[in-house]
Amino acid sequence: MNTDIIIAISTLGILGLIFGVVLSIASKIFAVEVDPKVEAIRKVLPGANCGACGFPGCDGLASAIAEGRADNNACIVGGAEVAEKVSKITGGNASGIEKQVAVVYCQGDCDLAKKRFIYRGIEDCRAEMILLGGSKACTFGCLGCGTCVEACKFDAINVIGGVAVVNKEKCVACGKCVEVCPKGIIDIAPYKMNYHVKCKNTEKGKDVKNVCEIGCIGCQLCVNNCPKQTITFENNLAKIDYTNCINCGLCSKKCPTHAIPLQEKEKIEKIAN
Amino acid sequence: MSITAILISTILVNNYVFAQFLGICPFLGVSNKTDTSLGMGVAVTFVVTLASIVCFFIQKMILDPLGLAYLQTIVFILVIAALVQFVEMVLKKTTPALYSALGIYLPLITTNCVVLGVAIQNIVAKYDLIQTIANSIGASIGFTLALLIMAGVREKLELADIPEPLKGFPITLLSAGLMSVAFTGFAGLV
Repeated sequence: MNTDIIIAISTLGILGLIFGVVLSIASKIFAVEVDPKVEAIRKVLPGANCGACGFPGCDGLASAIAEGRADNNACIVGGAEVAEKVSKITGGNASGIEKQVAVVYCQGDCDLAKKRFIYRGIEDCRAEMILLGGSKACTFGCLGCGTCVEACKFDAINVIGGVAVVNKEKCVACGKCVEVCPKGIIDIAPYKMNYHVKCKNTEKGKDVKNVCEIGCIGCQLCVNNCPKQTITFENNLAKIDYTNCINCGLCSKKCPTHAIPLQEKEKIEKIAN
Repeated sequence: MSITAILISTILVNNYVFAQFLGICPFLGVSNKTDTSLGMGVAVTFVVTLASIVCFFIQKMILDPLGLAYLQTIVFILVIAALVQFVEMVLKKTTPALYSALGIYLPLITTNCVVLGVAIQNIVAKYDLIQTIANSIGASIGFTLALLIMAGVREKLELADIPEPLKGFPITLLSAGLMSVAFTGFAGLV
């Protein structure tokens, strides 16, 4: 009886000891040297593993930065704050990252844009898209099923009145919504820019007017009035070049269809007048 | 039993997930996407086969001669845990690409009961070494198959119009149950 217990305990103990010794020797033999920089960088990264940087998770980016394969400001989500911390570790400069946000280039909600038919099916823009390009009369506009809302990990997009709207303060410009939008009407733009041509319809003015009250009709008033000549006109659409834009808002005031929307406070001023 | 019979038996008839209800945790946990479930499947195949072989020798050369068969469970768990650790270290050093591809799944396998289940099954069924290897490979293929089918179903479920109370885990468990019932159709094949 006693010998049974002793044999059992000693066998298990010896087995455990052997495994322990083998593992500890193996950990010496197979030790992989980790750059202490990698761990330090990994600690200051947000750790959401969103993949917006293009590397497999925060660990991937940390080693990429340490090896010089990525810039200090490669973490889009962390923005300037993280870039600064990272550059303290790597010794480089933060090379002034500019905060960016996603912008939905469509304002054709249920009141302003006409519908061709009533869509009853899977509540997903990609599914609706398969059916004749969606129910909207404008084949370029937002379908409003909220595929981008689901893709957003930061709760920064909402569908308001049938059109996706980005919450500028919550958005971190990770680009997930840009990827999933089947219409391709979401894009990343600088945070400080207040004015965008929120229409992607490349048809002639009259055709645009027929399907949506708030589309760009190609009148070129904004192009002619821009003090910096930063608005170009191609494919029947005005396009603002963000590098030169000074946020004067003249284009928005001139736009007859409000395809370049006014700022909130300007709207209030307009109503007051 | 012949090798083919063992393979068909473990992959389809006695599928470890659908018929024996082992490894349900990773089955529900990592079956969101087909590519991650395939990664998990590969990692499980690797560990199950290796663990079965080591456990086979430990049983035959240490436990049986000493009359310690009742220590089987605890010794096998020890072996599996140590083996996963060891494999992780070796992979990290020799093939970092595979290591990062398997990622978190590798350490998770330590707690996967399929590994222990297969190792014990091999002893209970009195398999020889070749049969043991066949059984472990079959079991892992069966596990991977279950994971892949489930991932495919769940990817479709994402777009389906599911009643509100059934969204998420309830519908997943329902589909898992239905799939298990479907697999009973293979009964009597071997």
